[in-house]
Amino acid sequence: MDEYRLLLNAILYLAATVIMVPLAKRLGLGSVLGYLGAGAVIGPWGLGLVNDVEHSRHFAEFGVVLLLFVIGLELNPKRLWSMRHAILGLGASQVALSSLLLGAILLALGFGFNAALVVAMGLSLSSTAIALQSLKERNLLATQAGSSSFAILLFQDLAVIPMLALLPLLGVPAGGWSGNPWLGALSAVAVIIAIILGGRYLTRPIFRYIAATRLREVFTAFTLLLVFGIALLMAAVGMSMALGAFLAGVLLAESEYRHELEVEIEPFKGLLMGLFFISVGMSIDFGLLRQDLFSLLALVALLVSAKGAVLLGLSRFSAIPRSQNSLFVFLLAQGGEFAFVIFEVAGGSGLLDAATTARLVVVVALSMIATPLLLLLYDHLIAPRHLRLDQPGEPEAIDARGNPVIIVGFGRFGRTLGRLLHANGVPTTILDHDPDQIEAVRRFGYKVYFGDASRHDILEAAGAAEARLLVVAFDDAELALRVIDQARKHFPHLRILSRAENNGHAYELLRRGVTLFQREYFASALELGEDALKELGFGAYRAKQAANIFKDHDRALLHELYRLETAEMRHRISLKAREELIQLLAADEEEIAHRHREGWE
Amino acid sequence: MARILLLFVHPFPHRSRVSRALLEGVCDLPGVEVVDLYEQYPDFHIDIKAEQRRILDADLLVVQHPFYWYSAPALFKQWQDRVLEYGFAFGGEGGALRGKDWLSVVTTGQGSDAYRADGHNGHSVAELLFPFACSAHHCGMNYLEPIVVYGASRLSDEQLAGWVERYRQRLADYRPGRGQGDG
Repeated sequence: MDEYRLLLNAILYLAATVIMVPLAKRLGLGSVLGYLGAGAVIGPWGLGLVNDVEHSRHFAEFGVVLLLFVIGLELNPKRLWSMRHAILGLGASQVALSSLLLGAILLALGFGFNAALVVAMGLSLSSTAIALQSLKERNLLATQAGSSSFAILLFQDLAVIPMLALLPLLGVPAGGWSGNPWLGALSAVAVIIAIILGGRYLTRPIFRYIAATRLREVFTAFTLLLVFGIALLMAAVGMSMALGAFLAGVLLAESEYRHELEVEIEPFKGLLMGLFFISVGMSIDFGLLRQDLFSLLALVALLVSAKGAVLLGLSRFSAIPRSQNSLFVFLLAQGGEFAFVIFEVAGGSGLLDAATTARLVVVVALSMIATPLLLLLYDHLIAPRHLRLDQPGEPEAIDARGNPVIIVGFGRFGRTLGRLLHANGVPTTILDHDPDQIEAVRRFGYKVYFGDASRHDILEAAGAAEARLLVVAFDDAELALRVIDQARKHFPHLRILSRAENNGHAYELLRRGVTLFQREYFASALELGEDALKELGFGAYRAKQAANIFKDHDRALLHELYRLETAEMRHRISLKAREELIQLLAADEEEIAHRHREGWE
Repeated sequence: MARILLLFVHPFPHRSRVSRALLEGVCDLPGVEVVDLYEQYPDFHIDIKAEQRRILDADLLVVQHPFYWYSAPALFKQWQDRVLEYGFAFGGEGGALRGKDWLSVVTTGQGSDAYRADGHNGHSVAELLFPFACSAHHCGMNYLEPIVVYGASRLSDEQLAGWVERYRQRLADYRPGRGQGDG
């Protein structure tokens, strides 16, 4: 059975993912909570299907490594350089202040000085995985809160090095870090220089060579080899693996292979990140939790509020707009994966007893679970309120004042329409509820805001009270009707234009007094039909006239059918109308023929 | 070699034997570029720059059209309105067409007797084409004597062949720069 152990575990992880994550998404909880839940279910304290938590967590840390590589790809050296103040200023203050505050609390709770210091340092760092995944999922990396969070997370990755160096002084023998610290620092610097030089001069020719083979899997293999190799190299000199991968990503950000790299890494990154969250979920000791629920929850609350207080203070002193303060706080207030490492080491060396270590691990894991929950709170209660309160000039505030048009849905349909308006200098406010969609069009420089337009507060935040037109351009007919109902109820002055899925949807629109609608495939099908007629020898103008007559006739028919009661009657009238149309086109042709016989030539 | 731009303006060529025959009779002449306006711009959305380039490249502009309501079909008016722009054909920096020639080729349904002072329409076709002559002059172009094919719907095959031959000869004989003396 042992030879199948790996496969069996993989099946468990995959099955748990496939079951739990879509469920969590459906319930609006986000993917992170789904993975955490999956982990809790299959873990040693849940159904007990998997027991080797440590092992899978170590393995899954490569997910974080890949995540940082991908983020590095999106951040070229110039942009990284422009973040240096945030990284050093915000990052250093966050780590120092959090460590001090947490240390004081731990001392007050009766920890010894050394133990308090080690644990506080471990707890001061946040979870890169949770924070960045949440940011990416919401497409908020580009916001002030997002980039500040990222700067802090980067600094934390750097801070791991001196922390690990401090451990021996506090009575904890740190694995790879024995020996001469000067030598260690020297080799670390040498590795970083090697990565920078290699990334600049070596990787691109190799990528070119490999891309020329046109073997996609070799390209993928080399990419993974590169990232894992660098990660391991960094680990060997006692530095953060993720930091090395990030560095490699930044160096490749300007290469022509950037997008390919991103695409190739994406599925690995996603699955390993998922595995990482699962392993966090697995480390929640339900036995301990049952015994001691309230004191553990109190400790989680204490941890999150202590870190949160520091973050809140920092955000007040930085460029983060008020509306994003809570986002910033929620993103970074949890304990991170580095804490697990430190607790293991500290527990192993006897600085912490086994019971304390177990409790700390549960507290950190719970604080990670708290993050997506707090962010749900942010999404649904805090963000909508602030959309309206934001000051002008803030990058992420919906700057809707005076925009006469709100477009809901920015897929292919909305985008074409939006581009037409944009090209004519009409300012528009664009809402979409699909993060992938938003991400995609943001690359083209469009400002699209995340929001469910069927909620009247979101519509209001988008400026519905001052706008003149509401364009409903997404492809979910039912949701479209809900948006229209909300708009009609709360903003009766809005002129509504809508995409219609089909005739049935069009009737529903007419029932709501929406007369400006286009059936989504109608116009394009008609134009292609026109092309077909031309191919058959019709003159272009004659084909155009035929299509125009068809269009008018069909529109009139739609309105007539709308007034009918039953599907049966509609069917009958449709058949009759088809005959009519044939006669109509023939009559038009006959009239033209007549004129040319009698008068014109 | 003379360069001739022939604008063919007929919304329903499939209904006009004469128009098609006339066009087919001249389109293979060397130096003749034919633009079927209704075929190219059925939605009246004319590519102004492309059409301006075409006419700049020509010495002679031929406009062949049926005589709808004493004028050309609507798309030719659209062509005039958009292509003969201010600053291009006239005014400002305009005058790009100065010295070029304009030839109208018109097919009418009614016979020539309807286009006399005492006929049904009370005016000759040449008189009724006056707005086109003025347009040509306004652009500094020479307005050549038009070709008018009367009673086109009742022409016999021989008569039609004669018109085609006359039309073809007129274009083949064309030489640029002879100005108003031509025709």
